[in-house]
Amino acid sequence: MSTAVQRVSVATSSFAEKRLVVGERHVAGALIIALCLVLVLIIALPLWALLSKSLESSDGHFVGLANFVTYATTPTLVSSLFNSLTIASITTVIVIPLAFFYAYALRRSCIPWKGAFYAAALVPVFAPSLLSGLALIYVFGNQGLLKSWMMGAPLYGPIGIVVAESLYAFPHAVLILVTALALSDGRLREAAEALGTTRRRMFWTITLPGARYGLISAGFVVFTLVITDFGIPKVIGGQFSVLATDAYRQVVGQQNFPMGAVVGIILLVPAVVAYFVDRAVQRRQTALLSARAVPYVPQPERKRDLALLTLAMAIGGTIIAIYGTAVWGSFVRYWPYNLSLTLKNYDFSAVEPSGWEPYWTSLQLAFLTATIGTALIFTGAYLIEKLKFFPVLRGFAQFLAMLPMAVPGLVLGLGYVFFFNASWNPLGLFYGTLTILVVNTIAHFYTVGHITALTSLKQIDREFETVSASLQVPFWSTFRRVTVPICLPAILDIAVYIFVNALTTVSAVIFLYGADTKLASIAIVHMDEAGAVASAAGMATVIMLTAISVKLLHLFLDRMVLGRLQRWRYR
Amino acid sequence: MKSWFTSCVFGAIALVAPTMAMAQKTKVTIYTALENDQLGPFKQSIEKAVPEAEVVWVRDSTGVITARFLAEKDNPRADMVMGLAASSLLMFEKAGLLETYKPAGVDKLKEVFRDPKEPYTWTGMDAYLGVVCFNTAEAKGVAVPSSWKDLLNPALQGKIVMPHPASSGTGYLMVAGWLQSMGETEGWKFMDGLHQNIAAYLHSGSAPCVQAARGERVVGLALDMRGASEKAKGAPIEVIVPKEGVGWEMEASAIVKGTKNLALSKKIADWGVTEEANKLYSQTYAIVASPNVKNTPPNYPAGAEAGMIKNDLSWMADNRDRVLAEWSKRYESKAAPKN
Repeated sequence: MSTAVQRVSVATSSFAEKRLVVGERHVAGALIIALCLVLVLIIALPLWALLSKSLESSDGHFVGLANFVTYATTPTLVSSLFNSLTIASITTVIVIPLAFFYAYALRRSCIPWKGAFYAAALVPVFAPSLLSGLALIYVFGNQGLLKSWMMGAPLYGPIGIVVAESLYAFPHAVLILVTALALSDGRLREAAEALGTTRRRMFWTITLPGARYGLISAGFVVFTLVITDFGIPKVIGGQFSVLATDAYRQVVGQQNFPMGAVVGIILLVPAVVAYFVDRAVQRRQTALLSARAVPYVPQPERKRDLALLTLAMAIGGTIIAIYGTAVWGSFVRYWPYNLSLTLKNYDFSAVEPSGWEPYWTSLQLAFLTATIGTALIFTGAYLIEKLKFFPVLRGFAQFLAMLPMAVPGLVLGLGYVFFFNASWNPLGLFYGTLTILVVNTIAHFYTVGHITALTSLKQIDREFETVSASLQVPFWSTFRRVTVPICLPAILDIAVYIFVNALTTVSAVIFLYGADTKLASIAIVHMDEAGAVASAAGMATVIMLTAISVKLLHLFLDRMVLGRLQRWRYR
Repeated sequence: MKSWFTSCVFGAIALVAPTMAMAQKTKVTIYTALENDQLGPFKQSIEKAVPEAEVVWVRDSTGVITARFLAEKDNPRADMVMGLAASSLLMFEKAGLLETYKPAGVDKLKEVFRDPKEPYTWTGMDAYLGVVCFNTAEAKGVAVPSSWKDLLNPALQGKIVMPHPASSGTGYLMVAGWLQSMGETEGWKFMDGLHQNIAAYLHSGSAPCVQAARGERVVGLALDMRGASEKAKGAPIEVIVPKEGVGWEMEASAIVKGTKNLALSKKIADWGVTEEANKLYSQTYAIVASPNVKNTPPNYPAGAEAGMIKNDLSWMADNRDRVLAEWSKRYESKAAPKN
């Protein structure tokens, strides 16, 4: 450190220009190291605390790979692994094209009611995942309103899982793809049009390659989301076992942490693959929005707009109808035998001792997580993407940031228990408080926020940084005065995404909440377990409406306030 | 400026004062799997009996709370556990996580509800049974079963759900119940037949009955009290204790080793064996630890106490891995393609 100070002072005396470079490098180093430390603390160490158990027997002795051998020789493994991969692949293949054209309709066409369609696509994210399970049972279950549509096939099993997972993963893909399609250089299209290129050819040579990075990210996000989710297979999977329910069965059914850790490690594989593919793609990605770019403004075109509008209405309508049924179910007295409507399901104190209290705790959690998390994630993504110093550390941080996506909440939650509750850990102070819930939730949803930030940052030409450097403006000024304003829509997207997920998350926090910090999402699970299905749907509806209000506020802000900051896009 | 400062100080005192008055009470954290609606009355009754204690619940399903307690074992956060399956407490006892304490008056309880081994750590509260919930509205002519064998009726194919024994304690107590009461050979043979009719093994001890109550399934094998409460809410179900007898488990309580509130916890443990406490247990379960308390909750199946098989909890604990492995070999490898 003292040598650094000396070097700075030497530099000061010689060249003013050099001083700036040295100072900037140090600040960057300190920030990147701080980022790495934070990520190690909130992601790597807790994960290690649980995953290291995979090498131990249940009474804590080191047994090497014995647990992996046991697991590999269990007959159910191969079928669970195969089931998980099948379900995740099918869901990805269904969701990505739908999400792409949906996002395309929102960004590259002139269809009406874009805001409403955007909001409709995000509804599944607004609702606790249990609600989609309940909704599908109301609609397609053995007593469902549209049971005949299933043509005798049972909802419980692979069909139900794929439908529910597609609903659940759709908004995540749309969120990434909307960002990917948001920025595009209109000059390319002008040139193509001037050269008489056909629309089909323009789509394949300009639109798709431009969105390539977003498409691949979205693909991996959907795949890993589906493979790690255990809530939907648990509720609607019937007899169909997947890796995530195996982990649940080991940990919650049999308290076998070593085996749970083994499954957790298997589940990490897709994320590690995603990381390396991401690196490979990234190397070939060129910035779309150069400093000289002219933003593309879609022109009305009857045929295209009509087709896209039909698609958007079909998808958005289906989503709204399914969740609408669940909302209706929350007012029903005793489904399906007594369909009279009542408000008493919303008197939560009848089935939940703390009544509405968990709802307020959830709001607090969501607010704190969104503000702190967004600041951390966006700054982190900027440091990783835009600075040229310390490539190894940045690569490490990037790797950690991509990890949480692949970790089932169950694994992350238990890791937090093992790490933060260890008797030697001074941070144990926070255990059972709202703080640890906030930290855990940020870690849990880090990756999608990170990808959104990266997608948005990648589209800004590095020239901005180069110009700043030649004008001797340090990177933090560029960050504050150029990057943040340009990326403000993405930043708000991240904040809303985290806010909403903090409202609905269950799997990790169920091991961490304390007596005074019970969350609404957990109360929903408890009410459902206790057979109070309508009240569970009721609380889920309240959560969903809250999330939707936040989203509407976001849209309003986007239009009224950001409209001014973003006017350069539409000059 | 000064008056602003003074008012702030007074404001702060005003805010803090009530908290200080409250601080006379010591918070006792109890991990529990009791039902949500039991928590309020239990807290009230405990705080009346032990006025210096303030009960703080951390409640979740048996599996989650057991996993959480074991995960926290390096640095336990709970002072007591209450209303948790005795099989979980046996696990905690084995791991040396429970304080040795014999509550005053425990000798008056039925013998089966007392920890049989020294050192004495846990005390049973009430028993819960694995029963049959049968939806009469969806039965379509199938008679209400009275024997386990009735569930082998081919008309019920794909209409029965039960808890997965590796995910749910209730599922395991049923499997263990059949193996103990019918003998291993007959027990497995029965399950082979039952498997033909099973639609799914679910990951919760309550869900099968909730599904039966909602007509999603015709038969749900589940916890007794869930059946009774669904029926009370208006579900067209019969809750049945088959005549061969049913497997059961008990809810129990214990003090956590290393608690900072040992004296208070002991008082609460003493409360747990009183008749007043047993009356509370009997609001939900028909069979409780005290021989003097008799109450059958509304819609609770008849003949429950007589239907309890001779159950050996330590047999259940010792044979769990073996039974689950055999179960998984028989029903999971070939179950996968069956949906």
